Amino acid sequence: MIDKSVPGPAAAVADIRDGASVMIGGFGEAGSPIELIHALIDQGARGLTVISNNTGSGEVGLAALLKAERVSKIICSFPRTANSTVFPELYRGGKIELELVPQGTLAERIRAGGAGIPAFYTPAAVGTPLAEGKESRLFGGKEYLLEHGLRADFALIKGRRADTHGNVVYHKTARNFGPIMAMAAGVTIVQVNSVVPAGGIDPEVVVSPGIFVDRVVEVAEPAHESELVAAGATYP
Amino acid sequence: MTRDIDQVGWTRDEMARRLALDIPDGSYVNLGIGIPELVARFVPEGRMLIYHTENGLLGMGPSPEKGAGDPELINAGKRQVTALPGAAFFHHADSFAMIRGGHIDLCVLGAMQVACNGDLANWSTGEPDAIPAVGGAMDLVAGVKSVYVITQHGTKSGEPKLVERCTYPLTGRGVVNRVYTELAVIDVTPAGFVLVELSPGVDFEHVRERTGAPLRRR
Repeated sequence: MIDKSVPGPAAAVADIRDGASVMIGGFGEAGSPIELIHALIDQGARGLTVISNNTGSGEVGLAALLKAERVSKIICSFPRTANSTVFPELYRGGKIELELVPQGTLAERIRAGGAGIPAFYTPAAVGTPLAEGKESRLFGGKEYLLEHGLRADFALIKGRRADTHGNVVYHKTARNFGPIMAMAAGVTIVQVNSVVPAGGIDPEVVVSPGIFVDRVVEVAEPAHESELVAAGATYP
Repeated sequence: MTRDIDQVGWTRDEMARRLALDIPDGSYVNLGIGIPELVARFVPEGRMLIYHTENGLLGMGPSPEKGAGDPELINAGKRQVTALPGAAFFHHADSFAMIRGGHIDLCVLGAMQVACNGDLANWSTGEPDAIPAVGGAMDLVAGVKSVYVITQHGTKSGEPKLVERCTYPLTGRGVVNRVYTELAVIDVTPAGFVLVELSPGVDFEHVRERTGAPLRRR
Protein backbone atom coordinates (compact mmCIF):
# COMPACT_ATOMS: atom_id res chain seq x y z
CA MET A 1 0.00 0.00 0.00
CA ILE A 2 1.52 3.27 -1.09
CA ASP A 3 0.12 6.53 0.20
CA LYS A 4 2.51 9.48 0.03
CA SER A 5 0.02 12.02 1.31
CA VAL A 6 0.88 13.70 4.60
CA PRO A 7 -1.55 15.65 6.76
CA GLY A 8 -0.15 19.17 6.34
CA PRO A 9 2.87 21.34 5.59
CA ALA A 10 4.19 21.12 9.17
CA ALA A 11 4.34 17.32 9.08
CA ALA A 12 5.83 17.41 5.57
CA VAL A 13 8.89 19.47 6.57
CA ALA A 14 9.33 18.22 10.16
CA ASP A 15 12.59 16.33 9.51
CA ILE A 16 14.52 19.06 7.65
CA ARG A 17 17.57 19.40 9.90
CA ASP A 18 20.02 22.23 10.53
CA GLY A 19 22.57 22.52 7.73
CA ALA A 20 20.40 20.71 5.17
CA SER A 21 20.43 21.60 1.48
CA VAL A 22 16.99 22.47 0.15
CA MET A 23 15.90 23.02 -3.44
CA ILE A 24 12.94 25.41 -3.59
CA GLY A 25 10.91 25.49 -6.79
CA GLY A 26 9.50 28.58 -8.47
CA PHE A 27 10.39 31.30 -10.92
CA GLY A 28 9.34 34.53 -9.29
CA GLU A 29 6.04 33.76 -7.62
CA ALA A 30 5.01 31.14 -10.18
CA GLY A 31 5.48 27.76 -8.54
CA SER A 32 6.81 29.12 -5.25
CA PRO A 33 5.67 26.70 -2.49
CA ILE A 34 4.84 29.42 0.01
CA GLU A 35 3.00 27.23 2.52
CA LEU A 36 5.86 24.72 2.68
CA ILE A 37 8.38 27.55 3.11
CA HIS A 38 6.32 29.08 5.92
CA ALA A 39 6.14 25.67 7.59
CA LEU A 40 9.92 25.46 7.34
CA ILE A 41 10.23 28.87 9.03
CA ASP A 42 7.96 27.63 11.84
CA GLN A 43 10.00 24.43 12.13
CA GLY A 44 13.17 26.40 12.83
CA ALA A 45 15.95 24.64 10.85
CA ARG A 46 19.02 26.88 10.40
CA GLY A 47 22.21 27.02 8.40
CA LEU A 48 20.38 25.89 5.28
CA THR A 49 21.79 25.90 1.77
CA VAL A 50 18.98 26.90 -0.58
CA ILE A 51 18.94 26.26 -4.32
CA SER A 52 16.36 28.46 -6.03
CA ASN A 53 16.20 30.65 -9.15
CA ASN A 54 15.35 33.86 -7.24
CA THR A 55 15.44 35.17 -3.68
CA GLY A 56 11.76 35.98 -3.18
CA SER A 57 9.99 39.30 -2.88
CA GLY A 58 8.55 41.32 -0.03
CA GLU A 59 8.80 39.57 3.33
CA VAL A 60 6.85 36.39 2.66
CA GLY A 61 7.79 32.95 1.33
CA LEU A 62 11.43 32.56 0.35
CA ALA A 63 12.26 36.18 1.28
CA ALA A 64 10.82 35.54 4.77
CA LEU A 65 13.01 32.43 5.15
CA LEU A 66 16.04 34.57 4.27
CA LYS A 67 14.89 37.40 6.55
CA ALA A 68 14.68 34.95 9.45
CA GLU A 69 18.40 34.25 8.81
CA ARG A 70 17.88 30.53 8.34
CA VAL A 71 19.87 30.39 5.11
CA SER A 72 23.67 30.56 5.09
CA LYS A 73 24.14 30.03 1.35
CA ILE A 74 21.99 30.40 -1.74
CA ILE A 75 22.68 28.97 -5.18
CA CYS A 76 20.73 31.18 -7.53
CA SER A 77 20.59 32.70 -11.02
CA PHE A 78 18.75 35.97 -10.46
CA PRO A 79 18.78 37.27 -6.87
CA ARG A 80 17.75 40.79 -7.89
CA THR A 81 14.03 41.19 -8.55
CA ALA A 82 11.43 43.90 -8.16
CA ASN A 83 10.35 44.05 -4.49
CA SER A 84 13.38 42.01 -3.50
CA THR A 85 14.88 43.90 -0.58
CA VAL A 86 15.70 41.19 1.94
CA PHE A 87 18.45 39.48 -0.04
CA PRO A 88 20.38 42.64 -1.02
CA GLU A 89 20.54 43.70 2.62
CA LEU A 90 21.81 40.31 3.81
CA TYR A 91 24.29 40.06 0.93
CA ARG A 92 25.73 43.54 1.46
CA GLY A 93 25.93 42.81 5.18
CA GLY A 94 27.97 39.66 4.51
CA LYS A 95 25.28 37.50 6.14
CA ILE A 96 24.69 35.16 3.22
CA GLU A 97 26.90 33.44 0.67
CA LEU A 98 25.84 33.60 -2.98
CA GLU A 99 26.79 31.15 -5.71
CA LEU A 100 25.62 32.79 -8.93
CA VAL A 101 24.84 30.35 -11.73
CA PRO A 102 23.46 31.04 -15.22
CA GLN A 103 19.82 29.98 -15.30
CA GLY A 104 20.23 27.23 -17.88
CA THR A 105 23.32 25.90 -16.15
CA LEU A 106 21.42 25.86 -12.87
CA ALA A 107 18.59 23.89 -14.51
CA GLU A 108 20.96 21.43 -16.17
CA ARG A 109 23.02 20.95 -12.99
CA ILE A 110 19.81 20.00 -11.19
CA ARG A 111 18.65 17.74 -14.03
CA ALA A 112 22.06 16.07 -14.18
CA GLY A 113 22.13 15.61 -10.41
CA GLY A 114 18.79 13.86 -10.58
CA ALA A 115 19.83 11.75 -13.56
CA GLY A 116 23.05 10.35 -12.09
CA ILE A 117 25.33 12.51 -14.23
CA PRO A 118 28.12 13.93 -12.04
CA ALA A 119 29.23 16.65 -14.47
CA PHE A 120 28.79 17.94 -18.01
CA TYR A 121 30.15 20.56 -20.40
CA THR A 122 28.18 23.66 -21.39
CA PRO A 123 28.93 26.61 -23.69
CA ALA A 124 27.18 29.08 -21.38
CA ALA A 125 29.41 31.58 -19.53
CA VAL A 126 32.58 30.83 -21.53
CA GLY A 127 34.75 33.97 -21.51
CA THR A 128 32.82 35.57 -18.65
CA PRO A 129 33.65 36.15 -14.97
CA LEU A 130 31.45 33.14 -14.10
CA ALA A 131 33.95 30.88 -15.91
CA GLU A 132 36.77 31.77 -13.51
CA GLY A 133 38.29 28.71 -11.86
CA LYS A 134 36.29 26.31 -14.01
CA GLU A 135 37.79 23.57 -16.10
CA SER A 136 37.27 24.09 -19.82
CA ARG A 137 37.69 21.88 -22.84
CA LEU A 138 37.41 22.21 -26.61
CA PHE A 139 34.91 20.08 -28.53
CA GLY A 140 34.87 20.59 -32.28
CA GLY A 141 37.07 23.65 -31.82
CA LYS A 142 34.60 25.36 -29.49
CA GLU A 143 35.16 25.99 -25.78
CA TYR A 144 32.90 24.54 -23.09
CA LEU A 145 32.93 24.70 -19.28
CA LEU A 146 32.74 21.78 -16.91
CA GLU A 147 29.76 22.09 -14.57
CA HIS A 148 28.79 19.69 -11.80
CA GLY A 149 25.46 18.03 -11.16
CA LEU A 150 23.59 19.33 -8.15
CA ARG A 151 21.65 17.35 -5.59
CA ALA A 152 19.98 18.37 -2.36
CA ASP A 153 18.71 16.73 0.81
CA PHE A 154 15.19 18.06 0.26
CA ALA A 155 13.10 19.68 -2.48
CA LEU A 156 10.04 21.86 -1.79
CA ILE A 157 7.83 22.13 -4.87
CA LYS A 158 4.40 23.41 -5.79
CA GLY A 159 2.22 21.41 -8.17
CA ARG A 160 -1.45 21.59 -9.09
CA ARG A 161 -2.62 18.05 -8.43
CA ALA A 162 -1.06 14.83 -7.21
CA ASP A 163 -2.23 11.31 -6.58
CA THR A 164 -1.37 9.21 -3.57
CA HIS A 165 1.46 7.55 -5.54
CA GLY A 166 3.12 10.95 -5.92
CA ASN A 167 2.38 11.52 -9.61
CA VAL A 168 2.19 15.28 -10.14
CA VAL A 169 0.78 17.68 -12.72
CA TYR A 170 1.62 21.37 -12.66
CA HIS A 171 -0.06 24.66 -13.52
CA LYS A 172 1.12 26.72 -16.51
CA THR A 173 4.51 28.43 -16.01
CA ALA A 174 4.54 27.31 -12.37
CA ARG A 175 6.05 24.04 -13.64
CA ASN A 176 9.50 25.68 -14.11
CA PHE A 177 11.96 23.93 -11.76
CA GLY A 178 9.49 21.45 -10.21
CA PRO A 179 10.08 18.36 -12.38
CA ILE A 180 13.88 18.58 -12.27
CA MET A 181 14.13 19.41 -8.57
CA ALA A 182 11.84 16.47 -7.82
CA MET A 183 14.46 14.21 -9.44
CA ALA A 184 17.44 15.71 -7.64
CA ALA A 185 16.53 15.59 -3.94
CA GLY A 186 16.78 12.89 -1.32
CA VAL A 187 13.30 13.77 -0.08
CA THR A 188 10.92 15.55 -2.46
CA ILE A 189 7.94 17.28 -0.91
CA VAL A 190 5.18 18.64 -3.17
CA GLN A 191 2.29 20.86 -2.15
CA VAL A 192 -0.71 20.68 -4.46
CA ASN A 193 -4.21 22.12 -4.59
CA SER A 194 -5.67 18.62 -4.44
CA VAL A 195 -4.52 15.09 -3.70
CA VAL A 196 -6.54 12.42 -5.48
CA PRO A 197 -6.51 8.61 -5.17
CA ALA A 198 -4.16 6.65 -7.45
CA GLY A 199 -5.88 6.44 -10.82
CA GLY A 200 -7.24 9.97 -10.48
CA ILE A 201 -4.65 11.37 -12.91
CA ASP A 202 -4.46 10.12 -16.51
CA PRO A 203 -1.02 8.45 -16.85
CA GLU A 204 -0.65 10.20 -20.24
CA VAL A 205 -0.54 13.62 -18.60
CA VAL A 206 1.63 12.90 -15.56
CA VAL A 207 4.57 15.32 -15.57
CA SER A 208 6.52 14.15 -12.51
CA PRO A 209 6.20 10.37 -12.11
CA GLY A 210 5.65 9.33 -8.48
CA ILE A 211 9.03 7.62 -8.18
CA PHE A 212 10.57 11.11 -7.87
CA VAL A 213 8.14 12.26 -5.18
CA ASP A 214 8.19 11.26 -1.51
CA ARG A 215 5.46 13.34 0.10
CA VAL A 216 2.39 15.15 -1.21
CA VAL A 217 0.53 17.73 0.87
CA GLU A 218 -2.80 19.27 0.06
CA VAL A 219 -2.93 23.07 0.27
CA ALA A 220 -6.32 23.70 -1.28
CA GLU A 221 -6.00 27.45 -1.72
CA PRO A 222 -2.35 28.45 -1.84
CA ALA A 223 -1.48 32.11 -1.35
CA HIS A 224 -0.07 34.17 -4.21
CA GLU A 225 3.15 35.94 -3.34
CA SER A 226 2.29 39.11 -5.27
CA GLU A 227 -1.02 39.46 -3.43
CA LEU A 228 0.66 39.02 -0.06
CA VAL A 229 3.38 41.53 -0.99
CA ALA A 230 0.79 44.05 -2.25
CA ALA A 231 -1.05 43.70 1.05
CA GLY A 232 2.20 44.36 2.95
CA ALA A 233 2.09 40.91 4.57
CA THR A 234 5.06 39.54 6.52
CA TYR A 235 5.81 36.09 7.88
CA PRO A 236 5.78 34.99 10.60
CA MET B 1 3.31 58.54 -31.79
CA THR B 2 4.76 61.49 -29.88
CA ARG B 3 8.21 62.64 -30.85
CA ASP B 4 10.60 64.70 -28.77
CA ILE B 5 11.56 67.83 -30.69
CA ASP B 6 15.24 66.95 -30.15
CA GLN B 7 14.75 63.31 -31.09
CA VAL B 8 17.30 62.15 -33.61
CA GLY B 9 16.51 59.00 -35.50
CA TRP B 10 14.05 56.28 -34.61
CA THR B 11 11.90 56.20 -31.45
CA ARG B 12 11.98 53.02 -29.38
CA ASP B 13 8.83 51.79 -31.10
CA GLU B 14 10.34 52.51 -34.50
CA MET B 15 13.52 50.64 -33.55
CA ALA B 16 11.40 47.67 -32.53
CA ARG B 17 9.38 47.89 -35.76
CA ARG B 18 12.56 48.07 -37.85
CA LEU B 19 13.93 44.96 -36.11
CA ALA B 20 10.67 43.07 -36.55
CA LEU B 21 10.93 43.55 -40.33
CA ASP B 22 14.06 41.35 -40.29
CA ILE B 23 12.50 38.34 -38.56
CA PRO B 24 11.52 35.61 -41.02
CA ASP B 25 8.04 34.08 -40.94
CA GLY B 26 7.80 31.01 -38.71
CA SER B 27 10.78 31.88 -36.49
CA TYR B 28 11.02 30.80 -32.87
CA VAL B 29 12.05 33.95 -31.02
CA ASN B 30 13.10 34.80 -27.48
CA LEU B 31 12.69 38.44 -26.46
CA GLY B 32 14.67 39.88 -23.55
CA ILE B 33 13.25 42.24 -20.95
CA GLY B 34 12.78 45.96 -21.74
CA ILE B 35 12.99 47.40 -25.28
CA PRO B 36 13.21 43.87 -26.78
CA GLU B 37 9.68 43.17 -25.51
CA LEU B 38 8.36 45.93 -27.82
CA VAL B 39 9.29 43.88 -30.89
CA ALA B 40 6.30 41.60 -30.34
CA ARG B 41 3.95 44.50 -31.14
CA PHE B 42 5.30 44.97 -34.66
CA VAL B 43 5.24 41.62 -36.39
CA PRO B 44 4.63 42.42 -40.07
CA GLU B 45 1.28 41.47 -41.57
CA GLY B 46 1.18 37.90 -42.85
CA ARG B 47 4.04 36.61 -40.68
CA MET B 48 3.67 34.37 -37.67
CA LEU B 49 6.35 34.15 -35.02
CA ILE B 50 6.36 31.86 -32.01
CA TYR B 51 7.66 33.51 -28.86
CA HIS B 52 9.63 31.50 -26.33
CA THR B 53 9.98 32.68 -22.76
CA GLU B 54 12.70 30.81 -20.91
CA ASN B 55 10.69 30.27 -17.75
CA GLY B 56 8.75 27.63 -19.66
CA LEU B 57 6.36 28.69 -22.41
CA LEU B 58 6.34 28.54 -26.22
CA GLY B 59 3.51 30.43 -27.85
CA MET B 60 3.54 33.38 -25.50
CA GLY B 61 0.85 35.95 -26.22
CA PRO B 62 0.27 39.55 -25.11
CA SER B 63 -0.59 40.74 -21.60
CA PRO B 64 -4.00 39.56 -20.39
CA GLU B 65 -7.06 41.81 -20.17
CA LYS B 66 -7.24 43.57 -16.84
CA GLY B 67 -8.41 41.13 -14.18
CA ALA B 68 -8.06 38.08 -16.45
CA GLY B 69 -4.43 37.34 -15.61
CA ASP B 70 -2.99 34.33 -13.79
CA PRO B 71 -0.05 34.94 -11.41
CA GLU B 72 1.33 31.60 -12.56
CA LEU B 73 1.27 32.47 -16.27
CA ILE B 74 4.19 34.87 -16.55
CA ASN B 75 7.14 35.70 -18.77
CA ALA B 76 10.85 35.88 -17.99
CA GLY B 77 10.34 39.47 -16.81
CA LYS B 78 7.81 38.05 -14.31
CA ARG B 79 4.96 39.92 -15.99
CA GLN B 80 1.62 38.25 -16.62
CA VAL B 81 1.16 37.07 -20.20
CA THR B 82 -1.20 34.79 -22.13
CA ALA B 83 -0.73 31.48 -23.91
CA LEU B 84 -1.83 31.49 -27.57
CA PRO B 85 -3.52 28.56 -29.34
CA GLY B 86 -0.80 25.97 -30.00
CA ALA B 87 1.21 27.00 -26.92
CA ALA B 88 3.16 24.56 -24.76
CA PHE B 89 4.45 24.58 -21.18
CA PHE B 90 7.65 22.80 -20.16
CA HIS B 91 10.19 22.64 -17.36
CA HIS B 92 13.44 24.59 -17.16
CA ALA B 93 15.82 21.86 -18.36
CA ASP B 94 13.71 21.47 -21.52
CA SER B 95 13.47 25.23 -21.95
CA PHE B 96 17.25 25.63 -21.87
CA ALA B 97 17.69 22.57 -24.10
CA MET B 98 15.70 24.61 -26.64
CA ILE B 99 18.11 27.50 -26.09
CA ARG B 100 21.47 25.75 -25.83
CA GLY B 101 20.53 23.07 -28.33
CA GLY B 102 20.16 25.63 -31.12
CA HIS B 103 16.39 25.23 -31.51
CA ILE B 104 15.57 28.91 -31.01
CA ASP B 105 16.19 30.93 -34.19
CA LEU B 106 16.67 34.37 -32.72
CA CYS B 107 16.98 36.21 -29.45
CA VAL B 108 16.68 39.95 -29.02
CA LEU B 109 18.52 41.42 -26.05
CA GLY B 110 19.33 44.76 -24.51
CA ALA B 111 22.95 45.76 -23.94
CA MET B 112 25.23 47.83 -21.77
CA GLN B 113 28.05 47.41 -24.30
CA VAL B 114 28.63 45.61 -27.60
CA ALA B 115 32.19 45.31 -28.89
CA CYS B 116 33.18 45.25 -32.57
CA ASN B 117 34.20 41.59 -32.19
CA GLY B 118 30.66 40.68 -31.06
CA ASP B 119 31.35 40.55 -27.33
CA LEU B 120 28.28 41.45 -25.29
CA ALA B 121 28.04 42.93 -21.78
CA ASN B 122 24.49 43.17 -20.46
CA TRP B 123 24.25 41.72 -16.96
CA SER B 124 26.48 43.59 -14.53
CA THR B 125 28.42 46.81 -14.11
CA GLY B 126 30.86 44.87 -11.95
CA GLU B 127 30.61 47.49 -9.20
CA PRO B 128 31.44 46.02 -5.81
CA ASP B 129 28.09 46.71 -4.13
CA ALA B 130 25.97 45.69 -7.14
CA ILE B 131 23.88 42.58 -6.57
CA PRO B 132 25.04 40.24 -9.34
CA ALA B 133 22.15 38.65 -11.25
CA VAL B 134 22.58 36.86 -14.54
CA GLY B 135 19.40 34.91 -15.32
CA GLY B 136 19.36 33.20 -18.71
CA ALA B 137 21.39 35.71 -20.73
CA MET B 138 24.60 33.67 -20.86
CA ASP B 139 22.74 30.55 -21.99
CA LEU B 140 20.82 32.51 -24.63
CA VAL B 141 23.87 34.05 -26.27
CA ALA B 142 25.72 30.72 -26.15
CA GLY B 143 23.02 28.73 -27.88
CA VAL B 144 20.54 30.74 -29.92
CA LYS B 145 21.30 30.82 -33.65
CA SER B 146 21.17 34.62 -34.09
CA VAL B 147 21.59 37.28 -31.41
CA TYR B 148 20.24 40.75 -32.16
CA VAL B 149 20.79 43.62 -29.76
CA ILE B 150 18.37 46.54 -29.53
CA THR B 151 19.65 49.51 -27.57
CA GLN B 152 20.17 53.25 -27.51
CA HIS B 153 23.37 54.13 -29.38
CA GLY B 154 24.91 55.75 -26.31
CA THR B 155 24.48 55.79 -22.54
CA LYS B 156 22.51 58.50 -20.77
CA SER B 157 25.79 60.32 -20.12
CA GLY B 158 26.73 60.14 -23.81
CA GLU B 159 29.31 57.33 -23.76
CA PRO B 160 29.15 55.03 -26.77
CA LYS B 161 27.66 51.58 -26.17
CA LEU B 162 29.25 50.23 -29.34
CA VAL B 163 32.88 49.93 -28.36
CA GLU B 164 36.28 48.50 -29.27
CA ARG B 165 36.38 46.30 -26.14
CA CYS B 166 33.75 45.85 -23.44
CA THR B 167 34.82 47.24 -20.07
CA TYR B 168 31.89 45.68 -18.21
CA PRO B 169 31.89 41.96 -17.38
CA LEU B 170 30.99 39.89 -20.45
CA THR B 171 27.79 37.97 -21.02
CA GLY B 172 29.32 36.14 -23.96
CA ARG B 173 32.28 36.30 -26.29
CA GLY B 174 31.77 37.04 -30.00
CA VAL B 175 28.03 36.39 -29.85
CA VAL B 176 26.24 39.44 -31.30
CA ASN B 177 25.20 39.36 -34.98
CA ARG B 178 23.44 42.69 -35.41
CA VAL B 179 22.67 45.88 -33.45
CA TYR B 180 19.59 48.12 -33.80
CA THR B 181 19.87 51.61 -32.31
CA GLU B 182 17.91 54.84 -32.77
CA LEU B 183 20.54 55.90 -35.32
CA ALA B 184 21.26 52.84 -37.42
CA VAL B 185 21.25 49.13 -38.04
CA ILE B 186 24.80 47.78 -37.74
CA ASP B 187 26.15 44.31 -38.45
CA VAL B 188 28.94 42.75 -36.41
CA THR B 189 31.27 41.10 -38.92
CA PRO B 190 34.76 39.58 -38.82
CA ALA B 191 35.88 43.05 -40.05
CA GLY B 192 34.09 44.84 -37.19
CA PHE B 193 31.02 47.09 -37.28
CA VAL B 194 29.47 47.51 -40.73
CA LEU B 195 26.58 49.87 -41.41
CA VAL B 196 23.43 48.22 -42.78
CA GLU B 197 21.02 51.14 -42.70
CA LEU B 198 20.80 54.69 -41.38
CA SER B 199 17.61 55.89 -39.73
CA PRO B 200 15.87 58.65 -41.72
CA GLY B 201 17.55 62.04 -41.45
CA VAL B 202 20.73 60.66 -39.87
CA ASP B 203 23.98 60.77 -41.80
CA PHE B 204 26.92 58.38 -41.65
CA GLU B 205 29.28 60.85 -39.95
CA HIS B 206 26.77 61.42 -37.14
CA VAL B 207 26.71 57.70 -36.41
CA ARG B 208 30.45 57.20 -36.86
CA GLU B 209 31.23 59.97 -34.33
CA ARG B 210 28.99 58.30 -31.76
CA THR B 211 30.38 54.82 -32.24
CA GLY B 212 33.33 53.82 -30.06
CA ALA B 213 34.99 51.60 -32.67
CA PRO B 214 35.59 51.90 -36.42
CA LEU B 215 32.38 51.81 -38.47
CA ARG B 216 32.57 50.88 -42.12
CA ARG B 217 30.16 51.20 -44.96
CA ARG B 218 29.32 48.04 -46.83
